[in-house]
Amino acid sequence: MFRMRTLTRALVTASLAAALVLPLGCAKRSNELVVGVYGSLTGSTATFGTSTKNGTELFVDNLNTAGGIGGTKIRTIVEDDQSKPEEAATAVSKLIEQDGVIAVLGEVASSRSMAAAPICQQAGVPMISPSSTNPKVTELGDYIFRACFIDPFQGQMLAKFARSTLNMTRVAILHDSKNDYSVGLDTYFTEAFRALGGTIVADVAYSEGDQDFKAQLTMIKGKHPQFILVPGYYTEVGLIARQARELGITEPMLGGDGWVSDKLLEIAQDALNGSYFVNHFYEGNPDPLVQKFVSDYKQRYGANPDGLAALAYDAAGMLTSALTKLHDEDPKAFEALKGPRNDEQKAARAKLRDLIAATKDYPGVAGKITLDAKRNAVKAAVFIGIENGHYKFVAAVEP
Amino acid sequence: MVRRLLIGAAVLFGLWVLDRGLTAGLNPYFYRILVLSGLNVMLALSLNLINGVTGQFSIGHAGFMAVGAYTSAAFTVYAAPRLAGGTPEGLLAALLFIPAIAIGGAAAAIAGFLVGLPSMRLRGDYLAIVTLGFGEIIRVAILNIDAVGGARGFAGIPQLTTFTWVGAGAVITYVVIRNLLRSYHGRALLAIREDEIAAEALGIPTTRYKVTAFVISAFFAGAAGALFSHYTYLHTNSFTFMKSIEVIVMVVLGGMGSLTGSILGATLLTALPEALRFASADRLIIYSALLIVLMIARPQGILGQREISFSRMFGRFRNPAPEARGTGVK
Amino acid sequence: MQEFLQQLANGIAWGSIYALIALGYTMVYGILRLINFAHGDVYMVGAFTAYFAARAIGAGGSSPSPVYALIVLLAAMAACALLGVIIEFFAYRPVRRSSRLTALITAIGVSLLLENLGIRIFGADPKFFPQLVAPKRVDLGGGVVVTNHQITVVVVALVLMVALTLFVTRTRTGKAMRAVAFHRDAASLMGIPVNRIITITFAIGSALAAAAGVLVGLTNPKIEPLMGIMPGVKAFVAAVLGGIGSIPGAVIGGLVMGVSEYMVVGYVSSTFRDAIAFIILILVLLIKPAGILGRNITEKV
Repeated sequence: MFRMRTLTRALVTASLAAALVLPLGCAKRSNELVVGVYGSLTGSTATFGTSTKNGTELFVDNLNTAGGIGGTKIRTIVEDDQSKPEEAATAVSKLIEQDGVIAVLGEVASSRSMAAAPICQQAGVPMISPSSTNPKVTELGDYIFRACFIDPFQGQMLAKFARSTLNMTRVAILHDSKNDYSVGLDTYFTEAFRALGGTIVADVAYSEGDQDFKAQLTMIKGKHPQFILVPGYYTEVGLIARQARELGITEPMLGGDGWVSDKLLEIAQDALNGSYFVNHFYEGNPDPLVQKFVSDYKQRYGANPDGLAALAYDAAGMLTSALTKLHDEDPKAFEALKGPRNDEQKAARAKLRDLIAATKDYPGVAGKITLDAKRNAVKAAVFIGIENGHYKFVAAVEP
Repeated sequence: MVRRLLIGAAVLFGLWVLDRGLTAGLNPYFYRILVLSGLNVMLALSLNLINGVTGQFSIGHAGFMAVGAYTSAAFTVYAAPRLAGGTPEGLLAALLFIPAIAIGGAAAAIAGFLVGLPSMRLRGDYLAIVTLGFGEIIRVAILNIDAVGGARGFAGIPQLTTFTWVGAGAVITYVVIRNLLRSYHGRALLAIREDEIAAEALGIPTTRYKVTAFVISAFFAGAAGALFSHYTYLHTNSFTFMKSIEVIVMVVLGGMGSLTGSILGATLLTALPEALRFASADRLIIYSALLIVLMIARPQGILGQREISFSRMFGRFRNPAPEARGTGVK
Repeated sequence: MQEFLQQLANGIAWGSIYALIALGYTMVYGILRLINFAHGDVYMVGAFTAYFAARAIGAGGSSPSPVYALIVLLAAMAACALLGVIIEFFAYRPVRRSSRLTALITAIGVSLLLENLGIRIFGADPKFFPQLVAPKRVDLGGGVVVTNHQITVVVVALVLMVALTLFVTRTRTGKAMRAVAFHRDAASLMGIPVNRIITITFAIGSALAAAAGVLVGLTNPKIEPLMGIMPGVKAFVAAVLGGIGSIPGAVIGGLVMGVSEYMVVGYVSSTFRDAIAFIILILVLLIKPAGILGRNITEKV
C-alpha cells in the first residue's frame, strides 16, 4: 500500500512536471492580431491540411504586405492535428490557451471541425471552417461558421442537375466509404434524386487511397446505368474514370466539388470527356480576382491551387473583412483584441462574431459568400463540363 | 477487505479533490494533456501485459480501444436514456457512466478473447500480423455501422470524462496489473515469456494463460477507449495502426516488462510532443528513428524490467534489498 | 459469367504484383526468420524512383517508349537493391541475435521511417506516373477486356520469377542461399559467407519489390508515400499462403490473393478488400500453417 500511494504521488508529480515543461503563456502582443489555424499537416489526409494552410497564408501575407488592417498585421499560428479528431481539439485548445488567438480557421474534415468546435464555442473564440460540409458543424454553436455550402445543398443541386438538365433517371453511385464528405454527399443526393423520380441502380463503395476500382466498376457495368455519380476526391476520381473507360464503360460521370484540382485532368486525360462536376471556382474564370489568386498561388507554391486552397483563402478573407469592419466601427474593441485575455477582449470577440455572422456578398475567389441564419455559406453551385480535356462552364444554380 | 475499500475510497476522494483544484487552477489545455496522459497510461500498462510481461506480439491495441470506445458510446447514447427515462443529468449521468465503461471494457475483453485464441497455433511474428489485421478489420467494420456514425463519426456523446475518472482508471489499471504480476498467474506469464516450451513442459497451460493476458489487457484498453469516447468527438481516425504504434513506442521506451516504465513512457510521450510542437512535422520520423535506435542500442528501454521504487532507492542506504522480480535476462 | 471472367483477369494481373513482392518476403523470411515490414515501403521507393527517373529523362507523355520504360525499371531496381542492402546492414544486422520481438519492432521502425521520410521528401500529395507506354485495350474474347499494361505486368512478373527460380536452383550463390535458409550456422561452418549471402538476398528481394512498384506505376499511376503498407501486408500473407520460404509458393500465393481480393470486392463489398487478406491468413495458419507448398518445420527446443 505504501508503494501505491507513492506511485500515485509519483504519477501526479511526473504529470505536473511534464506539464511545466510546456512553453508557458503569452505576453501581451504589440500591434498584431493573432489568428490560429489548425489542419491535418500529417497523417492520412495531409494534402488537405497543406492546401488549406497554403491558401490561408497566401491571403494573410498579401494582406500584411498591403499594410494589414489599419497598420495592424495579422500573425497566423499553424498547428497540426495529425488527421485525428482528438488532436484537433488539443491543437485548438493550445491555440486558444497558450497562444491567445482571437479567431480560429479550420478544418477541412467535418469530424475534426466537430471535435474542435465545442472548445472554440466555450472559449468564445470565433471559428471559420473553410471546407467542412457536414451540416452538424455549425449547429454546435453560434461562434462556428463555414465558408462553403453544405452537403444537403450540394446533393440536391446535383440531383436536380442530373434529373432536369441531363434528363437522366438511372444512376450508379461509386462513393468513398471512408470519407465523411463522400458519404454525406451520397446520402443527400440519393434522397433528392429519388424524390425527383430517379432510380439508383447501384451504390458501391471504395476506400480513399485505393488504386484499383475495376472490381466495383465491373459490377456497375453490369447494371447498365445512364451515368455514374462519383462524389469523391480528385485523387481517386481520375483513376476511376480511366479504369472505367478501360473496361469499356462509356457513360458520363458526375461529381461534386471534391473533383476540383488541376491534377484531375492530368490523370484522367480523355476519360472524363462528357462528364460534369460542381465547383465554386475554376482557373478559367476571367474574373481578375480569381486570376490574381491563381497566379499568386502558382508563383509562391509552384502549383495550381485546388478547391480547398481557394476556400481557405476565402475563409481568411471573410475573417479579415469582419476585422476591418470592427476596426472601422469600433476601434476600441479592435484594440482590445490585440491585448490580453480579459472581459474587454471577450466582448470584442463577441462583436467580431456578430460581424462575421453578418457577412454579405463577400467577394471570394470561390464565389460570392453570404452567410445565412445557420452560419452556412449561401453560394451558387457552378456546374462545369469537361470537353476535349478542357473545362466548360455549363450552369450556375442558385440556391 | 474493509481496509482496502476504505483506502480505495480515500484515493478516489483524493483524485476528486485534485480534479477540482486542477480545473480551477490549470488552464484547459494543460488539463487536457493530463487527461490524455492518463488514458495513454492505461493503454501502455495494458499493452505491456501482453508484450512485456507475456512476451507476445500484439500490434493491434488500437482495435481494442476502438471496441471499448464505440460500445460504451452506444450504451450512453442509446441505452442510458432509456434506463433513466430521458437524458440523464449530473449524478445520474455519472452513475450510468460506470456501466458504460464496464460494458466497453467487457466488449473489448471479448474481442481480446477472440484475438488471443489463435495465439494457440501462431508463432510470434504471425500473431503480430493477425493482431494488426484485427485492428484494421475492427476499424473498417465500425466505419460501416451507421448507427454509430460510420465515416462521419459519432456525434452527440455526452462529455462525461474528467480527470477524476481517468485518474481512477489509471490507478485501477496499475493496481490490478501489478497485483496480477505478483501472483502465481503473473509468474506463469513471465515463464511463458522466457521460454514457452519449457513452461508448457512444466505443466503451465500456456494457451489458457496467454488468452487470459489478452482478455485482461483488452479489457483495460477498452475501458480507456470508453473514457476516450466521452472526451472528444468519436471517429475511427483515432484508432488507426499509428495509434497502436504510438502505444508500442511508449511501452518500449519505458521498458517492456516494467509497469512504472510504461507510466513514464506514456506520460513522456504525451507531454513531450506538446512541448515540441514546433517539430511536429518530424514527429513521426523521430518516433521511428527512436524505435530503431532503442532496439539496437538499448532494447530494454529506460527502466528495463525494473520498477521505480522509492523504498529501494532509500533502502539502499540501509540494507540492500534483494531483487524480487522475475529472472533478469538481457 | 463474363463479369466473373473479367474479375478473374483483373485479379491475375493484380496478383502478379503481389507475387513479385511476396518473393522478396519469402526469401528474407526463409533466411532470417524476420518479417521485413519495410519491404512494402521498398516497393514504394521503387515506384517513386521510377517516377523521378522518368521525369528526369523526359519519358512519357507525348513520347511513350518501351525503351524508356526499361531504363526506368532498371534504375529503380538498382536503387532499391542498394536501399535493401543499407537497411539490412544498419538496422537488421545489429539485432540479428536479439529476440524476435526486438527484430520485429526494428522492422516496424524502419518501415515507419521510410514512410515518413517519403512524406517529407516527396510530399504527402499523390504523384501521377507519366505514361511510359501508351494504353491500349485488348479484347480477350467473351466480353473480357484488359489493357496492354496488364499483360505487360503479368509477362514481366513471370519472366522475373522464372529468372529467380533458375538463379536459386542452378547457381552456386543460389545454392548458398538455400543452405543459409536451411540452417544458418551449419552453412557458416561449411564456409559459406553468410553475411554476404544475406546481403545478396536483400538486394534481390528489394529489386523485385522495386520492379513491382514500377509495374504498378504503369497500370495504376497514382503513387504516394503510404502506398506500400497494405500491399506489403497482403504480399506477406501471400508468401505465408504459398508456403514461406518457397518461391513457387509465393507466386501461387500472390495470384490467389489477387484473385480473391477482386472476387470479394466485386461480389461482396469493397470494405472487405483488406479484411479478406487477414481472414485468409488466419485460415491458413489454423488449417495448414506450412502453406500450400511449404514443409512443416518443427520448432526445435
